Amino acid sequence: MLYDISMRLVASYDPPANDGRYVVCMAPADLPGRQRAITSLLTVDPRPIERSDRTDFFGNAVVEVAFKSAHAEIAFAIRSRVDRTMPPAGPDISPPLSQLAEDIAVNRSLAPSSPHHFLAASPRVRLAPEFLDYARLNAGLGEGVAPGVTVRAIVEALGAAIHRDMTYDVGATSVDTRPEEAFAARHGVCQDYSHIMIAGLRSIGIPAGYVSGFLRTLPPPGQPRLEGADAMHAWVRAWCGASAGWWEYDPTNAVPAGDSHIVVAYGRDYGDVAPVRGVLRSSGTQDTKDAVDVVPVDA
Amino acid sequence: MPATPQLTDPAEPLLENYRPLPGVSDELLDANGQVRPVWRDFIDYFARMGPQEVAERFARGDQYLRDAGVFFRQYGQSGSTERAWPLNHVPVLIHDSEWKTICEGLIQRADLLDAVAADLYGENHLVAQGHLPASLVGMSPEWLRPMVGIKPRSGHYLHFMAFEIGRGPGGQWWVLGDRVQAPSGAGFALENRVATARVFADYYADANIRRLAGFFRSFKESLEGLRSDETSPVGILTPGRLNDTYFEHAYIARYLGFMLLEGEDLTVENGEVMVRTITGLRPVSVLWRRIDAAYADPLELDETSRLGTPGLVQSVRQGNLDVVNALGAGVLETRAFLAFMPRICQALRGEPLKLPNIATWWCGQTPEREYVRANAANMMLSSALSTHMPFDAAGGAVPGSRFRTEAGAAFDHVLDTEGPMLVGQETVTLSTTPAHIDGQLVPRPMSLRVFLARTPNGWEVMPGGYARIGGSKDAGAIAMQRGGSVADMWVVSDKPVPVETMLPSPASPYVRAQLAVLPTRAADNLYWMGRYVERAEGMMRLMRAWHTRLAETEHPQSSLLTHAGTALELMGADPTLPAADVLGGVLASAMTSASQVRDRFSVDGWTALNDLSTRAGETLANVAPGDPMVRALNVLLRKITGFTGLVDDNMYRSTAWRFLSIGRSLERAMAMASQLAWFAEPGAPDGSLDFVVEAGDSAQSHRRLFAVTASRNTVVDILACDALNPRSMLFQLGEIKDHVNFLPGAQAHGHMSGLARAALSLHAGLAVRTPELLDAVDLLQMRSELAALSDLLTATYLR
Repeated sequence: MLYDISMRLVASYDPPANDGRYVVCMAPADLPGRQRAITSLLTVDPRPIERSDRTDFFGNAVVEVAFKSAHAEIAFAIRSRVDRTMPPAGPDISPPLSQLAEDIAVNRSLAPSSPHHFLAASPRVRLAPEFLDYARLNAGLGEGVAPGVTVRAIVEALGAAIHRDMTYDVGATSVDTRPEEAFAARHGVCQDYSHIMIAGLRSIGIPAGYVSGFLRTLPPPGQPRLEGADAMHAWVRAWCGASAGWWEYDPTNAVPAGDSHIVVAYGRDYGDVAPVRGVLRSSGTQDTKDAVDVVPVDA
Repeated sequence: MPATPQLTDPAEPLLENYRPLPGVSDELLDANGQVRPVWRDFIDYFARMGPQEVAERFARGDQYLRDAGVFFRQYGQSGSTERAWPLNHVPVLIHDSEWKTICEGLIQRADLLDAVAADLYGENHLVAQGHLPASLVGMSPEWLRPMVGIKPRSGHYLHFMAFEIGRGPGGQWWVLGDRVQAPSGAGFALENRVATARVFADYYADANIRRLAGFFRSFKESLEGLRSDETSPVGILTPGRLNDTYFEHAYIARYLGFMLLEGEDLTVENGEVMVRTITGLRPVSVLWRRIDAAYADPLELDETSRLGTPGLVQSVRQGNLDVVNALGAGVLETRAFLAFMPRICQALRGEPLKLPNIATWWCGQTPEREYVRANAANMMLSSALSTHMPFDAAGGAVPGSRFRTEAGAAFDHVLDTEGPMLVGQETVTLSTTPAHIDGQLVPRPMSLRVFLARTPNGWEVMPGGYARIGGSKDAGAIAMQRGGSVADMWVVSDKPVPVETMLPSPASPYVRAQLAVLPTRAADNLYWMGRYVERAEGMMRLMRAWHTRLAETEHPQSSLLTHAGTALELMGADPTLPAADVLGGVLASAMTSASQVRDRFSVDGWTALNDLSTRAGETLANVAPGDPMVRALNVLLRKITGFTGLVDDNMYRSTAWRFLSIGRSLERAMAMASQLAWFAEPGAPDGSLDFVVEAGDSAQSHRRLFAVTASRNTVVDILACDALNPRSMLFQLGEIKDHVNFLPGAQAHGHMSGLARAALSLHAGLAVRTPELLDAVDLLQMRSELAALSDLLTATYLR
């Protein structure tokens, strides 16, 4: 499926910031066999005094920009054409959870896609006990469950449970809300859903990471509109063993990631892939707004 | 000393109750209870002292530490308090030959750790070949992913490190922990040495004890050698004055001549790290960091850090900056790594560890977990990632035996579910060394921190160390927070040792030192410190004048005291409020500023100010108004003039001193403008003129000059227009004008800077006036012009 994507993110400061340095991670990823970024253009207004491109540890393309003069507002805008071709989901070849630990233990890699980066707590995802309890209860690990249930089935069950128990609520949380708080209130947006699911999966020993991306704005005819299409979206990927590898699931919509999900970046949690990271030296307030459009191109 | 025939051991009374525990090695006595040869000479010398002499000598050492401002922070439930530095005056003695073996082992280990860091941030062979578990590295918060693939500019990850070592029951030394993140203690080791050498000055001078200065000189020269530009400073990156080792950062910066910097002093421009100074941005290419790596760059490392500099990692990535030790080196402190070091040493160097580390089992692996389960009773259990010492309570270590009994079945559950987060380590039985308690020597457990620095010729080991001594027989009581003490360590040679100093070798040509650049934040703190100290002094004088009049039978509701009371209230010195609170606030502000520039003025100056600030509360508490308050204020005024005297008399006339002085002059001139406008008003009550002359400390000069009763003109003349009275506004404006002319950029191509112009204009404007041409409106106008001058100074140099 071919898409034209545009997103504009405006950060405003009151009082104006004296200087600033930001890392921008907004461009769709190039993923051989699954997603091809045909063109991508990032514009920053006002024009930064420094700008450099690099690839981060997880393989995401990021742009670092710096400003040395006072600014009250910065607009980051990305325009991109992407070809997303999600291969059909194959049969579930993931092992039962009891065998996953062995698969992880024999893995001797610290490459970006290694499961070892995604098992422990990360800066924004603590493994609080409530996540373990919730995962146990809702991922088919309770009493009287058939022992052969696979890792992928567990991932799906946990994601569906979060979708069932959480209320999608744009005003309930902010980018800095801790997953524990969102979970306690059972309200939140895609970032909260994803962090909660990651915490649950890691708690029961399944490596899990954060995916940032875009959602198709309007659904194909006859299908429901997906939640989260108005801003940048997030979902989860889980490592389902050496043979099955990574599998992506969107707990906000309780669906596996498919043709309507366009990947921007992979990380351990939101902190690794935030669209704009940066720190202000001034102590004023900071406000960000974003607007997204993801439109299929008629070939 | 004349030799007298001795029938009995002179040290016998001293050692009467010195009883090492069975099964524990002792530094002083061998297995047969005989004093070891390396201690003999010192113990005989010490034994000849009477209790009175011992007390006097120890007091000399303690006095030195107090004067130097060495203290430690004790953390309790209600915040932290400063405590006297717990020096055990008796040093630990180690013979040169044994020291040599320790050094060989530690140098091997330092090289090994550098190679491990290079692998973990490079090829990852250790993980791929199974020498280190991938999951252990992957879960470490100190393995910093943004640093992967970045090679340090110097070619090395480690330049300065410390090892914690201890001696086991068999006499063998063990490595207890590796310190690479931001090892502290070298400065304290130096202070312990100076204090201990004072206690035993006559002995130390002639004994063959290895000196420490050479080590610091080598390290200083090595770091200076890493700079890309010889005129740029070497920076010490500190988390700031709230850190419990800040004293050491300031001390070591002063000792080595490095620039003490905080994250906000730095900014990054096109991949180069720059210091914000009063003369603009100046590049820096070497930073010895004393902050944990994760805090160094909020953009790429810990996003919540308020201590760091955005872009620092990018600068390292581009090869413009050496950070010592490399960002990410902290992963080497992971306690579970100790379990793998013997194999890694074989794998990387093809040889065994020369100095073993304590046996460690990581419970993330099944056989090791089961071993720990079976043998927990004889182990310490603690976090696999934590880097604290195994017997340090802060590290969360618990004896396995206790865990086993208290947790029962839960113990198995924790092992099964949290295994990767746990290590078991053999219980450490440390050797004991003499502690001097209640006039006697008693054996106490001891561990040593030893420091290594990389030089162009390889690792150099500090021939001494920072010994930590337990507060009781229990090895667990070694932490200072739990009553432990610290001691100097002497490496004793059989031959005379070279005398070392920090001075460069005589062969090098004489170079006059350049004045170091002054960071903006330091200049700002000096300026405000000057203002606050002067403000405190001015408030004390006003309060003293008020209470003097109260004591001289003026009724508190008299028109003069009411008039003056309102003025004092407006100036923040309300006489009806508790004096301790009134002065406490401004003195606390002065201390906050001063504590951020401790490296920039003398220890005496610091001590004087600290003494003033800490005593003000006691001196003023519960003092009755009137005469008792006058006497209390007299005490404090003597102290504060003691401090300003030190500044005037001793402080080098650097730019730093000028900012401090401008702060004082500006504050004094502004205060005087307000006071004259208030007290020299035609409508002011009787006695107002005398009041302001006294508060302006000019009563004597006034009497000598005018020999008449005060009139408005004589008072305004002496306090505003007199160029020779240091209390007058004109005098202070002259000072400001002169200082500003010495600041960088005051003149450019024959033109004055805006600030120099403003200062001159203010000075000239007052100089041409006579008292009758200076009314309250003029005075208040001058006051607001002075405030504008302060803003201009800030805009020009301080932001």
